[in-house]
Amino acid sequence: MNKPELSELVTRALYAVAPDLEGETIDPETPFRDQFEFDSMDFLNFIIELHQASGEEIAEADYPQLASLNDCVSYLKQKNV
Amino acid sequence: MPSLGADMEQGTLVEWLKQPGDIIHRGDVLAVVETQKGAIEIEVFNDGVLRDCRASPGDRVPVGEVIAILDGDDVSGMSIDKPSVSAVPSQAPVPDKPLSPGPRVTPAARRLAQQIGLDVRNIAPDGSGVVGLRQVQASSTETSPPKVQPAGIDFKAMRAAIAAAMARSNREIPHYYVSSDIDVTVFMDWLAQENARRSVADRLLYAVPLFRILAGTLVDTPELNGHYDQGTFSPAQTVNAGIAIAMRGGGLVAPSIQDVAGKSVDELRISLTDLVGRVRSGRLRSSELSNATVTFSNLGERTADTLMPIIYPPQVAIIGCGQIVRRPWVKDGEVHVRQIMSVTVAGDHRVSDGRSAARFLSRFEKRLTKPEDL
Repeated sequence: MNKPELSELVTRALYAVAPDLEGETIDPETPFRDQFEFDSMDFLNFIIELHQASGEEIAEADYPQLASLNDCVSYLKQKNV
Repeated sequence: MPSLGADMEQGTLVEWLKQPGDIIHRGDVLAVVETQKGAIEIEVFNDGVLRDCRASPGDRVPVGEVIAILDGDDVSGMSIDKPSVSAVPSQAPVPDKPLSPGPRVTPAARRLAQQIGLDVRNIAPDGSGVVGLRQVQASSTETSPPKVQPAGIDFKAMRAAIAAAMARSNREIPHYYVSSDIDVTVFMDWLAQENARRSVADRLLYAVPLFRILAGTLVDTPELNGHYDQGTFSPAQTVNAGIAIAMRGGGLVAPSIQDVAGKSVDELRISLTDLVGRVRSGRLRSSELSNATVTFSNLGERTADTLMPIIYPPQVAIIGCGQIVRRPWVKDGEVHVRQIMSVTVAGDHRVSDGRSAARFLSRFEKRLTKPEDL
């Protein structure tokens, strides 16, 4: 996938776990945790969505690399999703 | 307006999901009503045609008042006994998109607008016709709050409900507090190993086995689990744990999970994920709001160390868990870096003493060293 497609995939995953945010613009640099009061449950659900949408088996140790939209896109790009 | 709980006197209509003229089938979700405990879906129990909506979004309607007329006569192939609608809280799945006209307002934006006293109808949407958090924030800096009571989720009512319950708690319940700093290193190491062998979708937040162990320990301390009502304590047969969940934008709810001690870790994981998802989407079921026998409040990562919670009446205990921090800790006569969690039990002196809570904490600490027993 190219970057816009990956960005779309990540955005959809975010809306899926936080339906109250659907339609919100996501600042690509700011961590979700700081931007949307994401707690650990939101974050884990987001990782699950990301895994299901991308097919990528994301290791728990990689979670810190997935804090923001840009982080997620870079991570998935690097994994050749 | 159906009653969605014994203490409910009125509900605020948030939105109609059906319009006059729509054909309605039994089980359809007709409307969303905001109560003091959050948004509840109103489900229809008859087939028919929606003839008239008597309430508008934003209206506060007393329990028992007619909010809609359902016409059961002129639908071919349907036999309807009564022309009136009867509505009860829904357990149906949430429809993906509410059918509302005008610009789309994200639920988070609606909530923020409500909190700062803005009417979402006065906020200009973005280029794609959506009113989001940004549009609300921008609007709040350029306009003064309008006089109109904004429609939507009623955060003032939620705050009033929290205040009423907590004021009653402080007035009526003679609280005592017992607290321990507990070394959870063995537990967290076990969890890391457990998660390493699990696929992404099955991984556990530490809250899941934590709640399971808390509930398992409560089974042995029945004086902390039940209801105190009209001078009598009734211990509960199962541990129905209210889980305190913060809502984005403010407010707090503590919906319950049934029989936590009787669930496997994975059953509890699925229940908790489902519950949090429905808190986030603002769709809880009425039964979840009334039958907790104890409450767990877990502050979670990057929060604060200690929590001194207040009991939610008619319950008799609440357990607060602070964030897990690495601290110097003496173990086997030497100082080590260990992961420490402060756990506080608030108990009701009409039912138990600090000794009960101390015994509970000591048993809980012991169980945490054997997470493999789960």
